[in-house]
Amino acid sequence: MIKKLLSVIALTVACVTAQAAGGSYPLDKAPNRLTDQAALQHGAKTFVNYCLNCHAATSMRYNKLRDIGLTDTQIKENLLFTGEKVGDLMKIAMTSADAKAWFGAPPPDLSVIARAKSVNAGPPGGDYIYTYMRTFYRDTTKPTGWNNLAYPNAGMPHVLWERQGPREYTSVVVHQVTKNGQKQWERATSVYGPEGYWTTTTEPMPNYTGKATSGHGFKALDRDRSMAYDNEMANLAAFMTWMAEPVQQKRKQIGIWVLFFLGIFFVVAWRLNASYWKHIK
Amino acid sequence: MASEKTVETTGALGWIDQRFPLSSTIKGHLTQYYAPKNFNFWYFFGSLAMFVLVLQIVTGIFLVMHYKPDAAYAFQSVEYIMREVPGGWFVRYMHSTGASMFFVVVYLHMTRALIYGSYRKPRELIWIFGVGIFLCLMAEAFFGYLLPWGQMSYWGAQVIVNLFSAIPFIGPELAIWIRGDYVVSDATLNRFFAFHVIAIPLVLLGLVAAHIVALHEVGSNNPDGIDIKDHKDKYGRPLDGIPFHPYYTVHDILGLAGFLIIFMAIVFFAPEMGGYFLEYNNFVPADPLKTPLHIAPVWYFTPFYSMLRATTSDFTWVLAASAIIGAALTFLRCKGLAKFAWPIALVIVAVLLRTIDAKFWGVVAMGGAVVLLFFLPWLDHSPVRSIRYRPGWHKTLYAIFFINFIVLGYLGTQAPTDAFNLMSQIGTMIYLAFFLLMPIWTVKGAFKPVPDRVVFHAH
Repeated sequence: MIKKLLSVIALTVACVTAQAAGGSYPLDKAPNRLTDQAALQHGAKTFVNYCLNCHAATSMRYNKLRDIGLTDTQIKENLLFTGEKVGDLMKIAMTSADAKAWFGAPPPDLSVIARAKSVNAGPPGGDYIYTYMRTFYRDTTKPTGWNNLAYPNAGMPHVLWERQGPREYTSVVVHQVTKNGQKQWERATSVYGPEGYWTTTTEPMPNYTGKATSGHGFKALDRDRSMAYDNEMANLAAFMTWMAEPVQQKRKQIGIWVLFFLGIFFVVAWRLNASYWKHIK
Repeated sequence: MASEKTVETTGALGWIDQRFPLSSTIKGHLTQYYAPKNFNFWYFFGSLAMFVLVLQIVTGIFLVMHYKPDAAYAFQSVEYIMREVPGGWFVRYMHSTGASMFFVVVYLHMTRALIYGSYRKPRELIWIFGVGIFLCLMAEAFFGYLLPWGQMSYWGAQVIVNLFSAIPFIGPELAIWIRGDYVVSDATLNRFFAFHVIAIPLVLLGLVAAHIVALHEVGSNNPDGIDIKDHKDKYGRPLDGIPFHPYYTVHDILGLAGFLIIFMAIVFFAPEMGGYFLEYNNFVPADPLKTPLHIAPVWYFTPFYSMLRATTSDFTWVLAASAIIGAALTFLRCKGLAKFAWPIALVIVAVLLRTIDAKFWGVVAMGGAVVLLFFLPWLDHSPVRSIRYRPGWHKTLYAIFFINFIVLGYLGTQAPTDAFNLMSQIGTMIYLAFFLLMPIWTVKGAFKPVPDRVVFHAH
């Protein structure tokens, strides 16, 4: 019985570690720029210019951008294009029904997407956005011509591809195949060119004793553009993280004072209690 | 004219006391209510539960001012509270953190009752009202969880309401009656809102009042599990008792200060608590057409959810076999009518376990795990109340029970696998055996001598 229990526990530990190792594409850590107003403003500009055509952010008002240092005039001149007012919500003209017909599923509202994409006791949603926006690759087999590593078979094309520039994607998979009735390891290397056509080369690994693995790599063909794009996406991820909970910085600032007060309150309560209880023998 | 009541007080207070038992109530429940002087850390959680209840009601009132119980607006209105209502985010975070902390506090309060035998005679009714409060709290949390109208709200409600459809004969109609629709919808949201803000809180407040009235009638238990009323001074005051006010009011203020530090640290620095207090999936608006891959209830339900999932068709064999063993045991140990009534009832249960769908028994296991608590005062036959004077191996059993409960809770948050399922089945058996075998194990072993007076070290 004890042995059985022990084996269950051992199995559990093995499963948990296996889960941790496997699963989805490992997310890149988005730089924390929540306190960098210039980065947030830049992210806001990218968001309003590129995202806010298909995606809405219906919980967000344009003039909430005052919180990241923009003035009403700046918002009006740079971010409002089609007669919206500065107090309007970030809505879009496309109806949900049209969106469904055109894309298969309506693009999600992005107001709180950074919170929705967070993982329990894991990476924040900003990391997901940062990774998702940087792992598109050309794939001619997909309806949009694009595929994604963080979200395979994503319905969204790489809207910002011109800003990122052409890239080459290489995937290296080490796996077992059955050849002539015999299982053997091989390494398959697929290279997706900037036009979406790919070549796969396989090479047998007769002496391999490890586990199945997969690796990914991107090669930017225009390195400067790609690096500028990474920076832009870091700003976008920061902005969307801010937008998911605009009060988050203020919340922490107030929190320090609240805890400071409660610390004093605790000391007072403690001494009050002690002075009453010293008579109880 | 009827003769006027004579009172000791004068002036305005005298005027009131002649018409309303103000002074005598304050005396009876505070200044001359004698509580044992040896309360420890565990005794903070009663007053803390009361504090959280008040906090939930007050923050709830303000949330209702801005929340819209309408499937088309509910999700949006929560974000409206978070962004546009002044201080709305603070009120909402206090309410969401309060929900989880309510369970933290209540679970600790129940643990205290378990280890010090606070449910034993003459405190059975306090315990029964308390379990009633726990049930109400679960209902309150369940109804409230639908209101933000996120994916987890929606599909959690869908899963739990569907459980009722497992009840033989009436199940499917019952589930539709509860939802008011064929799926969870606007009709469901509206009625859950009504239950969350009116029906359950009213019952909850009534039960809390009964819980406290019953407590003050018989007096508090204490870590030694002995009666302080056995030793009184010449005025009839318990020698080991001290007036609740001021001693325990200042004591509870200290407890509250400590609790608030933890509570506010969560509210201001980790309101989602890593996705366990506010689940990340619930930031996706409810979509009846998109079932999430992994549906799990909030952490405080997961121990019971594990028991639900553990009850597979195979597992009902184990339960049926246990019922047969129970029948044999009761036949051998009981006397009189019970000698035959229990075995027959248990054999019938064993047969039904294999004839009715396992899904139904999963629901019974989950509900039964809570209902079982009602019978605790009559299951525990130990000659002493407190764990302090029980045999050492009793303490081990309690430790296993609590660890098991936490493990079940963890398993309930995880996606099911074969190994996890086996673990929850073992866990379910441990939970059930701990309570159902109490009449046997609680009387065994060498009990330590119980002291005459409470053990107290001056502060």
